[in-house]
Amino acid sequence: MAGHILLIEDEPNIAEAIRFLLGRDGWQVTVLTTGQGALAEIARLCPQMVILDLMLPVRSGLQILTDIRADPATQNLPVLMLTAKGQERDREAALAAGVSNFMTKPFDNSEMRAAVRTLMGGD
Amino acid sequence: MVAALSGSKLRARRMALGLRQGDVAQAAGVSASYLNLIEHNRRRVPADVLARLAAALNDAPEAFADGGGGAALDDLRAVALAWPSAELARADEFAQRLPGWAEAVLAMHQRSLAQEAAIAAVNDRMSHDPHLSASLHEVLSAVASVRSTSVILAETDDLEPEWQARFMRNLDQDSARLAKGAEALVRYLDSGGQIDAQGSASPQEEVEAWASGLDWQVASGDIPSTLSAPARDMARGLQADIRADHASLPEAAFRAALSAHGPDPLAIANALNAPPFAAFRRLAFAPELGLGLVMCDGSGTLVLRRAVAGFSLPRFGGACPLWPLFTALARPMQAIEAVVEVGAASANAPRFALRAFGMASHPAGFGGPELRRAMMLIIPASAGGPPALGVGATCRTCQRQACPARREPSILAGAMGRDSGPNSGL
Repeated sequence: MAGHILLIEDEPNIAEAIRFLLGRDGWQVTVLTTGQGALAEIARLCPQMVILDLMLPVRSGLQILTDIRADPATQNLPVLMLTAKGQERDREAALAAGVSNFMTKPFDNSEMRAAVRTLMGGD
Repeated sequence: MVAALSGSKLRARRMALGLRQGDVAQAAGVSASYLNLIEHNRRRVPADVLARLAAALNDAPEAFADGGGGAALDDLRAVALAWPSAELARADEFAQRLPGWAEAVLAMHQRSLAQEAAIAAVNDRMSHDPHLSASLHEVLSAVASVRSTSVILAETDDLEPEWQARFMRNLDQDSARLAKGAEALVRYLDSGGQIDAQGSASPQEEVEAWASGLDWQVASGDIPSTLSAPARDMARGLQADIRADHASLPEAAFRAALSAHGPDPLAIANALNAPPFAAFRRLAFAPELGLGLVMCDGSGTLVLRRAVAGFSLPRFGGACPLWPLFTALARPMQAIEAVVEVGAASANAPRFALRAFGMASHPAGFGGPELRRAMMLIIPASAGGPPALGVGATCRTCQRQACPARREPSILAGAMGRDSGPNSGL
């Protein structure tokens, strides 16, 4: 299994856990801890998928998602968004903006791995 | 009271005249069964039928007019619609036969609607409150990290030592963060108990919020009209106290005494022959000193709170019974002092020097009651040093599970162990 995933998550310990989990499954994971410069990193790294936290400093996950979908080069890029309970309105907005799937914090590790496999075309 | 209805009035009149239902029905040109329904308020009476029935009963139609209970009946029907087991068709009959009960049902229904509206208002406030949203996000983020990390540790048999150490460190960080986040959340939710149906605070909280916004420099100046009338009264009382404090402890003399004695309110009061409470307030309201203050009345209720960073003050309910404030309340005219540490017991727990003093007064002379008040100055102290008394804000949010003074379980500690219940040493 090979594939590059860009993880944009400002909580370092969550990012570390996800990086470990997906790394064990064979995915290459690059972590960004802020939304700033996310689009440039996507253009530079050309990941096969983005895992995107909704609440990010500087630039929100929703803004980044909108930009991803507005760019013809990334409009079909799978985006898995991490949200927390109580963010239903934001989830609706993300759905309207074209998010591929959601994971709600706190998430189940095996569900996270399965969601990634599906979006990467493994299942 | 739900007013009398036409049907019941017709029935009462007929029975008073000793007439049979069938005879009156025949005279009015309606069937006996229809009149029976009318008399039991199960059918509304058309005007022409009412006129004929009134004539048959030798009275004017106005005498049998509906008593004005229409709106109340509509409300009763609305109640019945909300409760499928209620006999909707018999709402009129219920109102007529048991008017007191009908009124009670309506009152309860209306109170229920008002409470639902209040709950909705508070819920709306909470769901749009950035502080609450941030606290919840903090807790959820910590929980998410703890959950993922702990599952990795538990289920990965061949975890490299480096990763294991890293995840253990992360767990330690996140559990501490979770405890802090949960405590902040509980404090916030506790404060929500003060919110009334309009979402406003108590008069005391209004005054404290106003004074705090001005760093307690409120001796003069207008009291904002946005405060409630009771809060404005309390604010005027606070202004009068502060002006009296400045009169008995003029600025230059106060500064000289502070320089000579440090933040010792009794020494300052003695040096300037001023009331002790005046010195407490002067010290607490000097913005550059960064001190906190609480005052309680004879019941132990906190009637003045000037917060200081790191020392949480309960917004309602009883404060920590270990505060020297309450010792001072029980022992008027004695200087009570203690160095305390707050929060969970640890080497880095924030420390404070607490200086408390209580006074008794008899404003109505020998024939009147004794009134007591106590004040406690909260002075930040450096961490470390010999063991200090562990205190909290209030039992509900205190993490010191085995505290001998505990009177109720802590919301924070309750999930952690069985020794968090109230003690009953007396």
